[in-house]
Amino acid sequence: MTEFLQHLVNGLSLGTIYALIALGYTMVYGVLKLINFAHGDVYMAGAFAGYYVAGALGAGERPTLPKALAVTLGAMVICGALGFVIERAAYRPLRERPRLTALITAIGVSFLLEYGFQLEPVRGLPVRFPPGPSPTYFPPLLSLGEPIELLGVSIPWIDVIGFGVAVALMVALQLVVFRTRFGTAMRAVSFDARTAGLMGIPVDRVIAWTFVLGSALAAAAAIISASRLPRIDPLFGLMPGLKAFVAAVLGGIGSVPGAMVGGLVLGLTEEYVAGYTASSWRDAIAFAVLILVLLLRPQGLLGRAHVEKV
Amino acid sequence: MRPTRALALIAAAIALAACEKKQAPQPPAAAAAPAVGPAAGAPIVIGHVGSLTGDDATFGLSTEKGISLAIEDANARGGVKGHLLKLVSYDDKGKSEEAAVVTTRLAVDDKASIILGEVASSRSLAMASKADDFGVPMITPASTNPAVTRDGQKVRPYVFRVCFLDTFQGLVMAKFARETLKLSRVAILRDVGSAYSVGLADEFLARFRALGGTVVDDQSFKAGDQDFKAQLTAIRGKKPDGVFVPGYYTQVALIVRQARELGLRQPFMGGDGWDSEKLFEIGGRALDGNYYSNHYTPEDPKPAVQTFVRRFKEKYGSVPDTMAALGFDAANVAVDAMARAGDLSGSALRDAIAATKDYPGVTGGISIDAGHDAVKAAVVLKIEGGAPRLAATFAPEAAVAVPPSPASPAK
Repeated sequence: MTEFLQHLVNGLSLGTIYALIALGYTMVYGVLKLINFAHGDVYMAGAFAGYYVAGALGAGERPTLPKALAVTLGAMVICGALGFVIERAAYRPLRERPRLTALITAIGVSFLLEYGFQLEPVRGLPVRFPPGPSPTYFPPLLSLGEPIELLGVSIPWIDVIGFGVAVALMVALQLVVFRTRFGTAMRAVSFDARTAGLMGIPVDRVIAWTFVLGSALAAAAAIISASRLPRIDPLFGLMPGLKAFVAAVLGGIGSVPGAMVGGLVLGLTEEYVAGYTASSWRDAIAFAVLILVLLLRPQGLLGRAHVEKV
Repeated sequence: MRPTRALALIAAAIALAACEKKQAPQPPAAAAAPAVGPAAGAPIVIGHVGSLTGDDATFGLSTEKGISLAIEDANARGGVKGHLLKLVSYDDKGKSEEAAVVTTRLAVDDKASIILGEVASSRSLAMASKADDFGVPMITPASTNPAVTRDGQKVRPYVFRVCFLDTFQGLVMAKFARETLKLSRVAILRDVGSAYSVGLADEFLARFRALGGTVVDDQSFKAGDQDFKAQLTAIRGKKPDGVFVPGYYTQVALIVRQARELGLRQPFMGGDGWDSEKLFEIGGRALDGNYYSNHYTPEDPKPAVQTFVRRFKEKYGSVPDTMAALGFDAANVAVDAMARAGDLSGSALRDAIAATKDYPGVTGGISIDAGHDAVKAAVVLKIEGGAPRLAATFAPEAAVAVPPSPASPAK
């Protein structure tokens, strides 16, 4: 029983990361019907942004709460800007082209980030950028105490904080989407971009801000993830990006609660498969679950055919 | 992407050229290897293949430093047979396929007389057949998997190593766990994608059982994994006395950290793949109280070791790890063989390396046996206060533990 509960805790903390990344996929898909394959690499860039901000603030040597917040917000702002630039430079010029063109461009942007970050550091910069292909180690942002012991289950503080932050961000996003003018505009663009434009909604600006929001959430996910597992490298966004895409589809792409549920289901499935069978089965079974869900419910767990998409 | 693609194209072209050569009537070894070595005045090229970037970058970087030091020494003595030595080092990025490609490049383009590397067994395995094909002797400083110097049952003619085998290393850790630490129930966590990890885990498992211990769990992971909590939670449920993790330092450090977070306080044990200063940088205090087997310790009071450590520190500003020491030894064995060989052809160098007897290396006396392996002692290190300290020394073959001498600073 203890083992079962421990897997539950581990799986939730893993699923939280997937859920936060999945939100970016889901939002962009909602407004543009574009699978933004560069999103996993934006997540990677978020971890490095946090790493550089932490270095500049000296957060690694003397961790304090204000510094941790500054690092997280700094990474979110940098990543939001990156999302804005990617949309402006790579996707907007192709807006009227066939969807396949945008998809291939997304893969191109993904490679650009992955291999650009692997280049030799530029001389003369105050920091080592690009970081190069060898792994870098993310500094601890908070000096947390011993894990909580509950019924023999150990719960690290970082998982508690990560889960709390993730839930708060998702609630905030849900409020933005359903309670603000911007959210209304987003839903209108998602429903029918052309008509929304005719009604006076600035479609391009709404799309740009959607990228900014999604990328900032990916940065938050990256900071939480890097605090748990400090090894970061230019390719480490690849797998989480793919898994988060699966999570978004599993939950129903276009749906914010769906991304959350999809992420958690995927995280828990992986954890239980790896814990009770062999870790080599982890990905195979996680993807088999995806196929099964899509066969039975093609719209995903929480996706509906005719609801307003985000 | 573009340089990678260009490289792949060049590699394909080279591979094609190599294939064409193979179809020529004479044996491939004779086709590719220069008959008499470099022209008068030209340097002798020593090739090195290592992971200079990637997950286990310190392996390649340390080995390269050790090799450079040895080559500098040889050049200071006037080189070999009137030629100076030149090191050509290529990065394999920690990938087996890349290691095979750059080995071909060293043999064909750079006309390397001897190739040193890799230290990781999976990558040495990828290089070994190339060394045989091109007839260029290859000395691996640290690959411990028995298969590296074998082609099935046959010994590979051009492949040598200057370190002990996993059969011995597995026995050492099994004996240490069973007899010194008095553990009876042990779990294993192995990297299923690594020849080194699987081989060492199998050896340990067989030896530990033979000594009367029980293996309560055998979990696996893959290189590149970040999250090991699922496997560690399963292991925790089996309540072992200790956990054997034969992996490379990056994963090991993450594994031990996550284990401590899950409340696993049992000792973790591993092999020479743990040895890197990065292990302590990533793992921090979580590593204290764990053990690993190794080829040498920089604390060894022997003058040869202390001289090497002092010179290495002067040049590079850090304490040489095991890969640096073995890289130094491998390069010295290569230089020694070149001096003894009749000429610098691949076959003459091969015979000279095979005849190496009692070469006084930093990591112990090196004699190449009939299987092209070295028979050497091993040490077991205990991590205390974020640094490895000598815990036991095991003589070769018999694997009888010798307690550390009072002169050594072990506590």
